[in-house]
Amino acid sequence: MSQLSSELPSFPMSKAKGCPLDPPPEYARLRSDRPVAKARLWDGKEVWLITGYEEIRAIFTDPRISVDNTQPGYPWLSEQQRTVVLTGGVKPVGRMDPPEHTAMRRMLGQGFLVKKIQNMRGDVESLVNGLIDDILAGPRPADLVTALAMPVPSTALGWVLGVPPADKRLISLVPRLFDEDSGLEGAMEARNELFAYIDELITHRENEPGDDIISHLVGYYQKGELTRVSVLTQSVTLIAAALDTTRSMITNGILALLQHPEQAAALIDDPDLAPAAVEELLRYTVVTEFSSKRVAAADIEIAGETIKAGDGVICLISAGNRDEKFFTDPDTLDIRRDAKHHLGFGAGIHTCIGKQLARMELEVVYGTLFRRIPELRLAVPFDQLVFRNTFDVQGVRALPVTW
Amino acid sequence: MSFARVHLDESKCVTSGQCVLTAPEVFDQREKDGVAIVLTDSPAPELRGKVQEAAAGCPAAAIRLAAPADAPGRVGGRPPIEGPL
Repeated sequence: MSQLSSELPSFPMSKAKGCPLDPPPEYARLRSDRPVAKARLWDGKEVWLITGYEEIRAIFTDPRISVDNTQPGYPWLSEQQRTVVLTGGVKPVGRMDPPEHTAMRRMLGQGFLVKKIQNMRGDVESLVNGLIDDILAGPRPADLVTALAMPVPSTALGWVLGVPPADKRLISLVPRLFDEDSGLEGAMEARNELFAYIDELITHRENEPGDDIISHLVGYYQKGELTRVSVLTQSVTLIAAALDTTRSMITNGILALLQHPEQAAALIDDPDLAPAAVEELLRYTVVTEFSSKRVAAADIEIAGETIKAGDGVICLISAGNRDEKFFTDPDTLDIRRDAKHHLGFGAGIHTCIGKQLARMELEVVYGTLFRRIPELRLAVPFDQLVFRNTFDVQGVRALPVTW
Repeated sequence: MSFARVHLDESKCVTSGQCVLTAPEVFDQREKDGVAIVLTDSPAPELRGKVQEAAAGCPAAAIRLAAPADAPGRVGGRPPIEGPL
């Protein structure tokens, strides 16, 4: 059975009014009728949408699938995105296929060693406790985006990357890169400022190397294994990938817990639930599907369809994470469930490189916040919260809370 | 008695650290690049579940388990792939 071109749904799809944390309702219909289906993009191009959990996992782990965004079939979601992302001409790690990808992951791997991340936990706990001290000492309501969700990932990433802690310039630049409201000109301006800033950091690390990612990349550059432009590109990519996503995951997770007080109460009663709560919140409130775009490098038969070589593919991980064939009662938030096989960090070789750092940050933030401020509640009605208008990173602009 | 031999295809490893988190008794990472290391290729039987989980959870499918009854060099019951393929 084939779809008629004129009938193709357009993508991205809208979320239901009043349900900004849930995937668009259309995803559930697609997943049940046609987990591998065609849709039409803004530029008139066709794209395959993958909405079933098993189908998404199959695509993410298929060696015939490429992440190369310079292929003509690669599915862009706006002209702004294409221009901002492709400017510069050097591929970031997430857009490399093997064997180039494997080599690049190893140049970055030192910064994300499991032991290194585990050793950072005490520092992250101190950081979070200090920020909560400030929140409690400050005026009510407090905005958790600026008071907690931005400083935590930017400071922690700073430690692994070699960026000065809580650099205000960095925090303000990243959201502007992908914010549709800032327009193409604003996005390019933010991109250029970010590159200039990281360029300064690289120069600094050329002279004063430390035990951090930029210093290690500089080492590969000095050995002739990496160009300086690539050092710059990979560093900027890690920043863009780490800050905006973690910030939104922190606020969306807090919001989901505030919307489900019995779940927040369970976490307060049993702090040992924090790791499971993190996995469940990553399943339930997906914040990004930016990295889930692919191009088929060969014909792929899947779910009764044939994805042709060169076709664009988007894996809708928020749809896969709500697949009733894989998760029981998937639309229910339940921090006691075993959700660790969620797709929130992707799957396959492009799985999020910073996921162990993100998990640790989220565990500390959710656990500490609700333990220290158990009376935490929204300071405005839920329907007055303003969500960011992008498909790629979905989060609240401000999260006013009181207690 | 060990339950299985643990094989790691280093060339596939993408340094996610998943195996270290899942079965730290059996896996570690090289300091210089994060590539996985097998600490013991014949882990104790009580680690069976963890090691199977690590193999299944490896994002690069770089970990294979071979039953001890297999002849040396046989991986997962299939003939080994050798030579310049």
